Amino acid sequence: MIACGALAGHVREIAARRGWPLHVRSLPAQLHNRPGQIAPEAERMALDLLGRGYRVVLGYADCGSYGALDEVCARLGISRLPGLHCYDVLAGPEAIAAMLAREPGTYLLTDFLVRSFRASVLAPLGLEDHPELWSDYFGHYRRLVWLAQAATPELARRAESVAAMFGLPLTVIEVGTTRLERALEAVIAKGPPAHAAANPP
Amino acid sequence: MTTEELLRQLYDQTLTGNGPAVLDLTRSGLAGGIGPETLLYEALIPALEEVGARFERGDFFVPEMLIAGKAMAGALEVLRPLLAETGAESIGTVVMGTVKGDVHDIGKNLVNIMFEGAGFRVIDLGVQVAPEKFVEAVAEHQPDIVGFSAFLTTTMPMFKANIHALTKAGLRDRVIVMVGGAPVTQEYADAVGADGYAADASAAVVKAKQLIAGRRSAALPA
Ligand code: B12
Repeated sequence: MIACGALAGHVREIAARRGWPLHVRSLPAQLHNRPGQIAPEAERMALDLLGRGYRVVLGYADCGSYGALDEVCARLGISRLPGLHCYDVLAGPEAIAAMLAREPGTYLLTDFLVRSFRASVLAPLGLEDHPELWSDYFGHYRRLVWLAQAATPELARRAESVAAMFGLPLTVIEVGTTRLERALEAVIAKGPPAHAAANPP
Repeated sequence: MTTEELLRQLYDQTLTGNGPAVLDLTRSGLAGGIGPETLLYEALIPALEEVGARFERGDFFVPEMLIAGKAMAGALEVLRPLLAETGAESIGTVVMGTVKGDVHDIGKNLVNIMFEGAGFRVIDLGVQVAPEKFVEAVAEHQPDIVGFSAFLTTTMPMFKANIHALTKAGLRDRVIVMVGGAPVTQEYADAVGADGYAADASAAVVKAKQLIAGRRSAALPA
């Protein structure tokens, strides 16, 4: 599985627990800021692995590639996770749509984003060097929703400190990784029959 | 400092988004007798075009765009009244907004700045603009163009809803509809029945001018 760095950790954990013979290769989650690069990067890696006889699946939703990952899947005969982004994969598209419909000024967090907020959000948006840009980015937000996978006290503390930066209320929804696990089962079942090599690349 | 030196510095400082320096240079250029149009067309706009090109190439990311846009917007505050005084007629009016359900507005704001720089009057309705708000604004301001900006797959369908609302209000034929935003393509714009699409702020200005010219010449008696 070629997975986004934001999901790869959970995928490895699930695969190990389920005893799946799944090898996870991750691409940097940072590609989300340049979503045009996701499909070419995923395709390059997929072609390499397919060429070496592996069966490949994508641990990505559409992820702002706006259909480009679907084109890769169609070209290479592989599958990806359903949904528009990892929020859909983790919490379900209906729940996300309802949340954004109720309050469009909703900023979503996952365990990955809570843990890496500085590196994934503050740094690429230039907020470390230009804190004065905060309101240009986040001035329209009204609340934060943390879609928690495993809400440890340490993560909860970090989520609170992100919310404090925004000065906004934080809602915690414990979505876990059950949906992700089901989506993985489905995408793995969907792929073409494995003529996989016995050893990981 | 010669005029060339000042324009060069103004260009460089806009490119790097140094707001205070851009303001200083704009003011001292004016004080030294350089016309507002010269400052705009020979330094500020080319700088922002270069910012857009660097973004496309991947040399710049969002913060660089944002600070350069803000620096240019600051200079425009100073230049706007002077440009109005020189009798430079507005070349058209644009009503702009980010569609309902979406709060991404950096791209839209840059388009607004470039429109203003090019001599358009811009009425910015902000973010999360509902179809009925667009209709009201089009009825009230009778713009040449209404622009919709969207960034989420889930909010792009609002283009169609907005166009439908304009049609229902009997306003669709009176206004040019332009759409844009990161996920938008020419095909999508065509599919929803928009009149124009542009991939970035500079292209938006070029396209807007073309569309207005087309409409005005079509309106001339044969
Ligand atoms: C910066 C950013 C943000 C900022 C927005 C700040 C702001 N005030 O706008 C923040 C961090 C707050 C943010 C939040 C979210 N974001 Co965001 N964001 C981006 C990012 C990285 C860049 C967008 C941007 O500003 N680009 C810079 C501008 C200058 O370029 P541009 O947008 O292309 O604009 C140009 C053209 O499009 C054109 N243009 C724009 N509008 C118009 C209009 C007209 C009429 C015309 C002619 C032209 C035109 O001209 C502009 C200037 O040249 C994109 C990814 C990407 N690279 O596109 C994701 C992205 C758009 N976001 C995404 C998501 C999912 C979200 C969130 C849901 C995430 C969350 N954690 O909650 C929220 C949205 C909540 C909501 N309700 O809206 C996804 C969308 C995926 C999808 N399938 O819908 C993307 C694609 C990231 C990804 N890969 O997943 N985001």
